[in-house]
Amino acid sequence: MTHLNDQQAIELKDLNVYYGAFHAVLDVNMKIPNKKITAFIGPSGCGKSTVLRCINRMNDLIAIARVKGEVLFRGYNLYTPDVDAVEVRRRIGMVFQKPNPFPKSIYENVAWGARINGYKGNMDELVEQALQQAALWNEVKDKLQQSGLGLSGGQQQRLCIARAIAVKPEIILMDEPCSALDPIATLKIEDLMRELVQNYTIIIVTHNMQQAARASDYTGFFSITEKRQGYLVEFDQTNKIFTKPNVKTTEDYISGRFG
Amino acid sequence: MVLRRKFNHEMEQLQDDVLLLASMVEGALDDAIDVLKRRDIAGSQRLIAYDEKVNQKRYAIEETTLTLIATQQPMASDMRLLAGILEIITELERIGDYAKGIAVINLRMEGKPFVKPLIDIPQMADYATDMLHRALDAFVKRDIELARLVALDDDKIDDLYNQVYRDLVEIMTQNLGTFDQATYLLWIAHNLERTGDRIVNICERIIFTVTGSMVEMNGTHHQTVLA
Repeated sequence: MTHLNDQQAIELKDLNVYYGAFHAVLDVNMKIPNKKITAFIGPSGCGKSTVLRCINRMNDLIAIARVKGEVLFRGYNLYTPDVDAVEVRRRIGMVFQKPNPFPKSIYENVAWGARINGYKGNMDELVEQALQQAALWNEVKDKLQQSGLGLSGGQQQRLCIARAIAVKPEIILMDEPCSALDPIATLKIEDLMRELVQNYTIIIVTHNMQQAARASDYTGFFSITEKRQGYLVEFDQTNKIFTKPNVKTTEDYISGRFG
Repeated sequence: MVLRRKFNHEMEQLQDDVLLLASMVEGALDDAIDVLKRRDIAGSQRLIAYDEKVNQKRYAIEETTLTLIATQQPMASDMRLLAGILEIITELERIGDYAKGIAVINLRMEGKPFVKPLIDIPQMADYATDMLHRALDAFVKRDIELARLVALDDDKIDDLYNQVYRDLVEIMTQNLGTFDQATYLLWIAHNLERTGDRIVNICERIIFTVTGSMVEMNGTHHQTVLA
């Protein structure tokens, strides 16, 4: 078992991902800091979402996907055979690109995860707390029994965040959480991320470089080799990546001259 | 495939404008010494009025730069260049003010004969315009070595300034009747000394835009008497 520094939430070691015969992600090594916002950026096909999905074993759900290397969480490699993928996904939650509330009430959306985990505490309190943390409580407290699908896109996404945090995860993965939202709803999610990061580690994949620049503490830039394999070019503090990156490929990408 | 054609074009245009501003200022500095030598009243007045054009050019560049920052989301070296340009045009405009200041002093001296032959002051101005010219060359070529070399030349201006200071103090001590004009000439020399310092600042900004690191190059080894 590898000892992990407390400052690290996740360590990726020699991570490689294959889709059938296609080698999609090549040798990614990174130490993702604890209780910080880390953004993954890069062109389409660079493997950033694939790497994100490795962190809570979402790639298990793709039959042809194969992962080699290690994803270390609290010193455990999440890909050792005795690790329960469902438990991994409880402790490492995910918010998706398109808000995907269940066709149930707002209350049941939030309570759902806790219920299937056999939560024995006060459910009303848990739901309120999660909605408070997701900065949605004031907008929905009088209509908890109405359908989650009746909310606006930005509210639905915050509902999905509330659903994710209701099961008390340690890490929240976000796969382009704002790409379906308008600029104001986007800024609300970014403000919310800043609140949540006091208690959680957040890793976000975004196509919006300004969002990575505005909202994250660390940025990993991924690109594509000539064989179309995704790889990590540079990982550093966000300030550094956007003002003085070390690698020319990064500079070309963030200044919009890639391609 | 080249991306951001429009942005690239606007960045090039902006740098051309910085060069234009620099050549306006360089010309003003040359003219200031010329009208001083010839005690040219009308020329001095024209030069004082010309400073307004320099100021307008600076404001126009500033506005374009801020618009590019607001609309194009520049990053990394693009951002450093735009931030550098904002600093460089401020330095250039101040050098323009020094040239105007020399013309103002020329008017105040009312055409009285010089208390000493005008040799070191024109030489200071020559060094300054040469430094300015090469600094802008370094800016265009992103040549940090040249920027470093140009900054070192400030010592030549400082040495001459110290020389002028000593000469004028001696003249004033020997003949109190020279006090007014000697003081005016000292102001002129001081303007040129400050011009050298501003060019050093420009060189520092050029290095910053290229490397991302701020280096302090002022006061290399020669100290000025009234720095």
